Amino acid sequence: MNPPGPTLPLLRMEDISKSFSGVPVLRHVDFDLERGEIVGLLGENGAGKSTLMKILSGVHTEYEGRILLEGRPVRFRSPADAHEAGIGIVHQEFNLCPNLSAMENLFLGREHRGRGGLFSYARTREAARAAFRELGAEIDPEALVRDLGVAPQQMIEIAKALSHRPKILILDEPTAAIAGREIEALFRILRDLRSRGIAVVFISHKLREVLEISDRVVCLRDGEVSGRIATSSATEDRLISLMVGRDLGDLYSPRRRGPGEEVVLEVRGLCGPPRIRDVSFHIRRGEIVGLAGLIGAGRTEVARLIMGAEKKTAGRLFLEGREVRIRHPSDAVALGIGYVTEDRKRRGLVLPMSVRENVTLAVHRLVSGPLGLFRPDRERDLADRFIRELRMKVSGPEQVVRSLSGGNQQKVLLAKWMAIRPRVLILDEPTRGIDVGAKAEVHRIIAGLADEGLAILLISSELPEILHLSDRILVMHEGRLTADLPRAEASEEAILRAAVA
Amino acid sequence: MDPDRVPRLPAWLGRLLRSKESSILLALVAIVVLISAVSPNFLRPGNLTMVARQVAFTAIAALGVFFVILTGGIDLSIGSLVSLGGIACGFALAGGVPWPLAAAAGLLTGALVGAVNGAIVAYLGVTSFIVTLGMLWMARGAVLVLTEGEPVKRIPASFIVRAGGDYLGIPAVVWVLAALAVLAHVLVTRTVYGRRVLAVGGNEEATELSGINVRRVKFFTYVLSGLYAAVTGILYVARFQTAQPEADKNIVLDAIAATVIGGTSLFGGEGSVPGVLIGAMIMGAIRSGLVQMKVSPYWQDLIIGAIIILAAVIDVIRRRRAR
Repeated sequence: MNPPGPTLPLLRMEDISKSFSGVPVLRHVDFDLERGEIVGLLGENGAGKSTLMKILSGVHTEYEGRILLEGRPVRFRSPADAHEAGIGIVHQEFNLCPNLSAMENLFLGREHRGRGGLFSYARTREAARAAFRELGAEIDPEALVRDLGVAPQQMIEIAKALSHRPKILILDEPTAAIAGREIEALFRILRDLRSRGIAVVFISHKLREVLEISDRVVCLRDGEVSGRIATSSATEDRLISLMVGRDLGDLYSPRRRGPGEEVVLEVRGLCGPPRIRDVSFHIRRGEIVGLAGLIGAGRTEVARLIMGAEKKTAGRLFLEGREVRIRHPSDAVALGIGYVTEDRKRRGLVLPMSVRENVTLAVHRLVSGPLGLFRPDRERDLADRFIRELRMKVSGPEQVVRSLSGGNQQKVLLAKWMAIRPRVLILDEPTRGIDVGAKAEVHRIIAGLADEGLAILLISSELPEILHLSDRILVMHEGRLTADLPRAEASEEAILRAAVA
Repeated sequence: MDPDRVPRLPAWLGRLLRSKESSILLALVAIVVLISAVSPNFLRPGNLTMVARQVAFTAIAALGVFFVILTGGIDLSIGSLVSLGGIACGFALAGGVPWPLAAAAGLLTGALVGAVNGAIVAYLGVTSFIVTLGMLWMARGAVLVLTEGEPVKRIPASFIVRAGGDYLGIPAVVWVLAALAVLAHVLVTRTVYGRRVLAVGGNEEATELSGINVRRVKFFTYVLSGLYAAVTGILYVARFQTAQPEADKNIVLDAIAATVIGGTSLFGGEGSVPGVLIGAMIMGAIRSGLVQMKVSPYWQDLIIGAIIILAAVIDVIRRRRAR
């Protein structure tokens, strides 16, 4: 290894900024990498880690700022461009074809050809075997990916990234799906790569692992670098305090009333595939219960199990003290349980339909008469009422939902569920991807609903949101509840600790 | 200038110009003008009546498959359900059953086969394309087994006059189409069921989570499709004065093409009954026009195929622009 000089790092990202539809996710971020180091990249969900790495790996091509690779300015136009320049990335979600073999996946797009340009099994098999041996992974090159476990699949992804002989290897949450021995094996490989002069970026929520494997840590918060620190001088507490702590006072509306006494929804011993185990909790009248946890901890699955959108393998539900059976979302809706889904475009709204048609989607019986004929006056009145109450910025009830802004789409979704006059409302990431003003309004609506006596389960990856709105906070980790914190005892530190436990 | 003196467009005309159907209506007018310029015979009342009759058969079948397409599915089986419904009705008529009961037998056959399609697609989750393709062959086989390939004769003249004749100078089939089109239009725009069909096509998951039984909604679209196909088949019996085992030549393609040309999205969730009717008229005008212009039948098939692809491409482009 002959570095061109001490002042010239392998990679320098300067003053990087990026917004998604007007919402800034990265603000003036500087990020450097030297040859032969492992850098831990930390931050809460939505802090901007993945976005920064997607810019580096050519996934996001629109951004401000500049990137210098070995001192030369570069601007990647595609992931292939970044590959070519020596940047390998293993995404959190694997990009493998389950119907193809390990070796076919490994060399997808760069197939070894034999005589006549035909695919050469012999040469591919040899090359794959060599690549896996280099990683110390025992994978049959001809095994179908579908039949392999998560750890070997990840090895294939890493082998694929390494087969391009990268100078930089980015791993996004590489230990999210593997455990124990597999993690140790992965760390051995990373140390070996480091000794060969490759720079490794290790993105993770698991602080202990970051402390074990990295040489230094860069921490992001709200799209800005909140700290750079040598791992030798870092502690878990120090890292957590770098990740949290911010000021967003005005975003949250005060609650006028506290929770009542009567338990509205009780969940006992809820289990369901793939990994929800023994989840029990209750929500009182007028109470907001926050459900925190990392992405993939199983929060949305809990909501879907309660709604009957997924089959429970065990567990009982009680509504106002009486046991209820919910086997389909229609049962839940009939009982007065509403579910404001995450990802409003994919799971929440019927985009080609109007505001009116979306608002009345769950209450067709209320706005129709004999023969299933709609009563247009009732439909319109209902839509008009919610447009006024929730202060939607729309041209009228006939505006098509697809053309609305994120914040107004979210209000339409809220209105759909308020229209059923629910007793229980589950809110899943209710403010994701909407601007600050709309966020404050959605918070005001949620607080108002609780004051009216609704029992609310608030799923959110934004800790300040959970902390400010909730009366009590549940924390999930890998399908189980790991904490039940009263408001007084809850802090970002306490939640993060339980979420990574 | 006095603002009241400025001539205003009547409200219905303004609505029409702004509607989604206006562009295909314009296309229809253009095609008709073109054809009648080349072949003046096209606009003769006799020819128009003939074209209208042909369009009506296609349009009735199209209105049935329209419901399936609105949910994002497809029903290819109507291709032989038309014959099967007609044969069931024809056998009953030839056996001396009174015509209302015979018609009911035809309708019941269509509904039953549609229900089998619907059950397999909606409740077992098999792709509609393959289920209804299989059913296309099954129904065709059933027709050939039942008839041994021979038309069912001895259809009573009273039925032929009643269902094949003209009323007020307009063929019966056109009257039936008018009634069924109004029914379909009311169903889609005014009823809970129609709204749910559109919602399933627009976002199946959101609809399910809103407490709507998506499977039941889908199931009944196939029943409707079977029913409308059977109506077409029953009217064909009166038209041909026999129940033909291959009465359905071309109808599945023409019906689906009419639906798509009429602006119904193959991805589901978008479409209208007036659109389907205009689509059927475009198909009918082109088919008849090509004959009038003495284009060889081989070229006719080629041109019709190209038009179907063109309509599907326009659908994709339109959706991309809406994003």
